[in-house]
Amino acid sequence: MAVLARTPRAPLEYSRTLWMRLWVGAVMVFLYAPLVVLMIFSFNDSKRNVVWRGFTTKYYEKALDNNQLVEALVNSLTIAALATVVSLVLGAVAAVMLWRFRFPFKSAVDGTISLPIIVPEICLGVAFLMFFAAIDWPNDLVWPFNLGAITIAHITFCFPFVTMVVRSRLASFNREQEEAAKDLGASEWQVFRDVLIPHMKPALVAGALLSFTLSLDDFVITYFTSGPDTITFPVKVYSMVRFSVTPEVNAASTLLIILTVVLTFIALKAQGVKAIAETH
Amino acid sequence: MAEQDWKTNRRVFAAVSLPTFLWVLLFFIVPMAIVWLYSFGENRGLTEIAISGTLDNYKRATEWLYLSIFGKSFAVAALVTLICLIVGFPVAMAITFASEKWRPWLLLGIMLPFWTNLLIRTYALMMLLGTQGFANKGLGVLWEGASWMRTLVGLQPLATWEPVELLFNNFAVVFGLVYVHLPFMVLPLYAALDRLDRSLIEASLDLGAGHFRTIMRIVVPLAAPGIIAGVMITLIPALGAYLTPDLMGGTDSQMIANVIERQFKKANDWPFGAALSFLLIYAMFILIAMQSLRRRAPEVQ
Repeated sequence: MAVLARTPRAPLEYSRTLWMRLWVGAVMVFLYAPLVVLMIFSFNDSKRNVVWRGFTTKYYEKALDNNQLVEALVNSLTIAALATVVSLVLGAVAAVMLWRFRFPFKSAVDGTISLPIIVPEICLGVAFLMFFAAIDWPNDLVWPFNLGAITIAHITFCFPFVTMVVRSRLASFNREQEEAAKDLGASEWQVFRDVLIPHMKPALVAGALLSFTLSLDDFVITYFTSGPDTITFPVKVYSMVRFSVTPEVNAASTLLIILTVVLTFIALKAQGVKAIAETH
Repeated sequence: MAEQDWKTNRRVFAAVSLPTFLWVLLFFIVPMAIVWLYSFGENRGLTEIAISGTLDNYKRATEWLYLSIFGKSFAVAALVTLICLIVGFPVAMAITFASEKWRPWLLLGIMLPFWTNLLIRTYALMMLLGTQGFANKGLGVLWEGASWMRTLVGLQPLATWEPVELLFNNFAVVFGLVYVHLPFMVLPLYAALDRLDRSLIEASLDLGAGHFRTIMRIVVPLAAPGIIAGVMITLIPALGAYLTPDLMGGTDSQMIANVIERQFKKANDWPFGAALSFLLIYAMFILIAMQSLRRRAPEVQ
């Protein structure tokens, strides 16, 4: 608190004024209180979520015994992993194209690539629903091929983010390095693999993390794209929330929140907080 | 070395451009084109849709009912953006001027909810806002405290606390959208404020302007591009929001995305849903065009 500060406050140290601290604190409480309450009450020994009746882990057992829920979670993670891999390749390649080459209609191409970021989710979902209906995409494939439609949809809205992140990283690339490598006899592929990719690496990590979370997070587009038998975690949770609120949802949500936090910390280990922040 | 012309190295250009072009064409442009075509179609029978070039779907979209839902969606999105701006600006300021040690952690604090699943966050908020939730309990405690204070000064105690309906109404939709979109606003604001030349602020303070005046006359104009970016990044997803109004709203708090969803999942009127989708996309384009016009304006002067 400013009152307790040992050194006097410099004029620009706005974050040391009392009301600023209170404001930031209030916003953090606003952002985190619902999540913390949700996590605490996943251990509550009561069917209804309101009163604390003692510690239990039975809803975790229940959630893990719920085959549909587990299947949905496995589906979601599979889709996210597949979508991340393809988005990384597509996104990086598109970024290299936009960074390296001058070609006709470049700004139109550039705009179209980033369009899936801007188009509202609901419109993209509708588009995929109609598209897969129009081409008669088969609904009865075996796992994991039944996830194909959703994965394709996810790649479409994930890879532009990778492109964005990688492109801003490439802007700091010193093209002389590339020329030096070529002068020393490296082929195009070797330059790409040994010079460009190492430079892009932080952006690739950030892009991978971004597409993994975006894919795992997506409800609307998946809701429209999924067939009757393919269910993902958000779609399952949605139907559970819609029709009956049970502590199982809390337990499953807590597991996913922990997964998110762990992933974020892995990214932090890889890059440091500031680099992650700058990708947004 | 500047950008290379694509003709000087066709092989590499093909290798990097073909996957992107094919993917975008097949899985973005074609689906969008299908929606666009269907929006000029009509239902024939149960499952068949004929693309007859009719404008009836667009005509129907201008009916009062749908116009009012469009208007309401805009109003809700604008209100949410305004609240996010007011709440988020001081937070972005605090992060910008925080010490080196604290800044990354504050940023992480804003970003972690952004990475967390949207559905889970909405559900968590619903738990808190329900008639039996903590928000109501907290208000109840305040109410009883006030009642007790009244008896202390010799007034009649207040009537017993009735839980207020915090969920399933327009308030809940705005509250939920603010909760979900706040990080979207704070991050671009921070990015803009961080780039600011601090000596300008110091000069303003040295020359005798107060902190509030410095913020309004120096910081806000200089950070305008970031503020506009934050507004757009919040406004656009808020306008197309589906989940929050669906789960937290009441019967009268539908937004445009909910109407679109109904055409596909319940009413089975795909052409009309397609037309509404494209109207929403056009609205986005208009917003973005307005932004780029504003951005260009100062250069002309």
